[in-house]
Amino acid sequence: MLTFAIFFPLVGAVLIAMLPKDQERSAKQIAAVTTVIVLAVVAYLFIDYDRGASGYQFIDSTTWLDSSISDFNLNYTVGLDGLSLPLVLLTAFLGLVSILISWRIELRPKEYFVWLLVLETSLLGVFSSLDLVLFFLFWEIELIPMYFLISIWGSGNRIYSAWKYVLYTFFGSAFMIIGILTLGFTAGTFDIRELAEVGSFDDAIIPAWSIFTLLSIAFLVKMPIVPFHTWLPDAHTDAPTAVSVMLAGVLLKMGGYGILRMSLSIMPEQAADANLIFAIIAAVSIIYGAMMTLVQTDLKRLIAYSSVSHMGYVLLGVSSIGLVGLTGAATQMVTHGLITGMLFALVGMVYDRAHTREIGELGGLAARMPFITAMMLVAGLASLGLPALAGFSAEVTVFLGTFEQHEALTIIGVVGVAFAAGYILWMIQRVFWGQPDPKWAELTDATAWWERGPIIALTVAIVAIGVYPAWIMDLLRDGVAPIAEKLA
Amino acid sequence: MNDLNLLGPQLALLVGAGLIIIVDVLLPLVSREAYRGRQPLLSGLALLAAAGSVGWSLALVLSDERGEAFDGMISVDDFTLFFNFLFAGVAGVIVLGSVDYLARHRFQGEYLALILIAAAGMSLMAAGTDLIMIFVALELQAIALFALVGISKSVSGSEATLKFLLLSAISTAITLYGMAYLFGLSGETSLDGIASYVANTDENRSALVLAAVFLTAGLGFKMAVVPFQMWVPDVYEGAPTPITAFLSVASKAAGFAVVMRIFLAALGEGLITTDWAYLFAAIAAVSMTVGNVLALVQGNIKRMLGYSSIAQAGTILIGLAAVAAEDPQLLLGTSSVVFFLGAYAFTNIGAFIAVIAISHKIGSDQIDDYAGVAKRSPLLAFGLAACLFSLTGFPPTAGFIAKIYVFNAAVQADLVWLALIGVINSVIAAYYYLRVVLNMFARDPETDEAFLPSPYLGAALAAAVIGVFAIGIYPTPLIEASESAARVFS
Repeated sequence: MLTFAIFFPLVGAVLIAMLPKDQERSAKQIAAVTTVIVLAVVAYLFIDYDRGASGYQFIDSTTWLDSSISDFNLNYTVGLDGLSLPLVLLTAFLGLVSILISWRIELRPKEYFVWLLVLETSLLGVFSSLDLVLFFLFWEIELIPMYFLISIWGSGNRIYSAWKYVLYTFFGSAFMIIGILTLGFTAGTFDIRELAEVGSFDDAIIPAWSIFTLLSIAFLVKMPIVPFHTWLPDAHTDAPTAVSVMLAGVLLKMGGYGILRMSLSIMPEQAADANLIFAIIAAVSIIYGAMMTLVQTDLKRLIAYSSVSHMGYVLLGVSSIGLVGLTGAATQMVTHGLITGMLFALVGMVYDRAHTREIGELGGLAARMPFITAMMLVAGLASLGLPALAGFSAEVTVFLGTFEQHEALTIIGVVGVAFAAGYILWMIQRVFWGQPDPKWAELTDATAWWERGPIIALTVAIVAIGVYPAWIMDLLRDGVAPIAEKLA
Repeated sequence: MNDLNLLGPQLALLVGAGLIIIVDVLLPLVSREAYRGRQPLLSGLALLAAAGSVGWSLALVLSDERGEAFDGMISVDDFTLFFNFLFAGVAGVIVLGSVDYLARHRFQGEYLALILIAAAGMSLMAAGTDLIMIFVALELQAIALFALVGISKSVSGSEATLKFLLLSAISTAITLYGMAYLFGLSGETSLDGIASYVANTDENRSALVLAAVFLTAGLGFKMAVVPFQMWVPDVYEGAPTPITAFLSVASKAAGFAVVMRIFLAALGEGLITTDWAYLFAAIAAVSMTVGNVLALVQGNIKRMLGYSSIAQAGTILIGLAAVAAEDPQLLLGTSSVVFFLGAYAFTNIGAFIAVIAISHKIGSDQIDDYAGVAKRSPLLAFGLAACLFSLTGFPPTAGFIAKIYVFNAAVQADLVWLALIGVINSVIAAYYYLRVVLNMFARDPETDEAFLPSPYLGAALAAAVIGVFAIGIYPTPLIEASESAARVFS
């Protein structure tokens, strides 16, 4: 089942690639059907998941490369636990959302949907892999569709941004593969489950802390964390809307997931030693990201910088090295994926209509687009952490978990929330309220089903997590519990 | 007879070459008409010879025939057979890839025959277990290649030939000097004899090191590693593109095969642990860095691929350094080199075939002129992109597995620093490989006129690209072949 879900988007992609040129229009239908099926399968897995049991479920495993003269054995092993299952669900959900909000794409639609589907396969693979080399393989594959999506369908300085994105990530992963190979050589296996049992890597050929650093750099670049964040505003701003949604919603989570799954659970000793460093760079990211957000004049850039700030909370939760903080970090990944995904989708709709993202030029849009305005308000309030919406539960848990460990730094983190209230509300006020500008009199609201459907679905998810977070938080808590145990 | 049977794969190539030359000479006497239309006949003969060679190797594998031939001059083992397949296969693909080029060319018979002779020479280089044999094989392929590089008689081609000829002569002299040292010390020309001398003596160690250095320098020319790479860019640019592909894949692989044969079979015992590990490691690090940095600034795609092949040779050398640095019982390094050569053959040949097809249609070798090729010829652009992704080391291609395999060998041999230099170089390489991809896909062409490759080029490219993905997705067969080739030296 899980293998089917991972590779089914690829099947859709092949089908689309084989479409004759005059039927390019059916590409989107095929893509939509494909992602609906994937979402249905993943939703089934979510319901079918045995919450009482510990360890991984839905495991598929087969030998992929068998070397007889060394330990270099690669396995295709996938499986899900409480940590990865919600992220897989998030990926499948946003995968469908990204197809729907691209419904009116005109430029080379065939290739566009092929790359979006390839991207979905790679992301599902990253979160499901239980073998380090397989994880790395999916991690690398993801770059190819992103490279094409940004450089061909992007706007503005798209080619530069695509380069920056690919080279930053590739640079990080270059270090990661050395870390992975060293771990595999020391333990004699690349299986994440077995590696997590090893515990100590003090007898590795290079010092354990250096392996930890090699692994973690890639994840910190991906999250992203100041000062490795500079690729993010560029990539976000110039990427097409659907790609921004996937980038903010899922791709950044690869970094957070990697930190939890690899750095913390395989090398807990080193992670515990590094907690203060993590907390400091988290606090810096939160505050620096928030301050940068305040001065942005481009809507997409504004949300991109707010992502830097919000992903800082994930690292702050990680630095608590305790169960509560880790649960908060994991929840923050899911909620940030939904909220920021929705913000980007809405900004994309505004841009489609007004053809500008400059906050200064926009104004009084509420009168013209009440639906978009209302939804923007919901997403914005969720983003700044209003109770009863998804962001609140995640952030509060992060702060609760981290306060004991790092009092001062947590307080700095809380200040970031105040900033968030400022930049979100100020943005909404400037763009949607105020005097309606006559030049926007022609603009229409989002009325098409493929615009409203995804937005409403996202809202439902955000409210559902906000009102009753337990349905997803319990799962995540069980997922990070074994990691927290090792760290204690 | 058994000797001839074991030598069959090479003989098939040589017989094919002889036939082609005879037909080429006799045909005008039969009919002028037939002579003018000789190309399909000659190319067919060449393909048949390559296929015959591959078939013979396959028969040897299936009937499990191994052994020494001609009084220990050559040895037919898994290592030899692996390279028989590689060279005959590459020669066949090059013949296919030359169809368009030859149609505009006078010396068709000579061209095809020389390719086969060169392939036979390379194959004998891998098989040779005696210094005399190795040297003769080395010369056989070198002389064939001189003629091939300059066969178009253009100004740049002639300049390339002269450069190639002179530097090759020097490198051969240096190689011979190294061989002379080995012979002088041990009184033997067979690799086995030298091996037993090296294993049983503690004297003359510095002379042995000197011999190893001379051999590395001389054969470094064949492998095209820094600092013996000076000929590469000009020769790659000046030679006909199919010959450039042949040089960059087959000639390089032959260099590595001979280095492995001599160093592992003859110098394995005494020197293996320390002396040349760091020599190879240093050459690897410098080759990767210099090749990649210079490739960054190239505007001509053939020159770019030339510098990139220097960098790739550096990456392959990581595996050799790992052989030397680790316990000789662990064959991971050798196996990783053999595997990388196999994967690299598919990848680089595919890249060159695509370049031949595209450059022929757009009339330029400049990377900037590749803008928008994806719009005009989606399949060609996809093929080239797949090969370039493989050269960069992206999954799910052969290059990904090959790089991980080599870096893994380095890590296991305690050469983490070298692996780190290797991966950082991959990032540099990503920039110039992906720049070509970007040009093809993200920029607009000057005209929208669509074009297709000739069926021969298309078939050759399809074979290469399928190989690139097949190895990337299911590497086990090639891994097993590489490992059994490596076991020859255990």
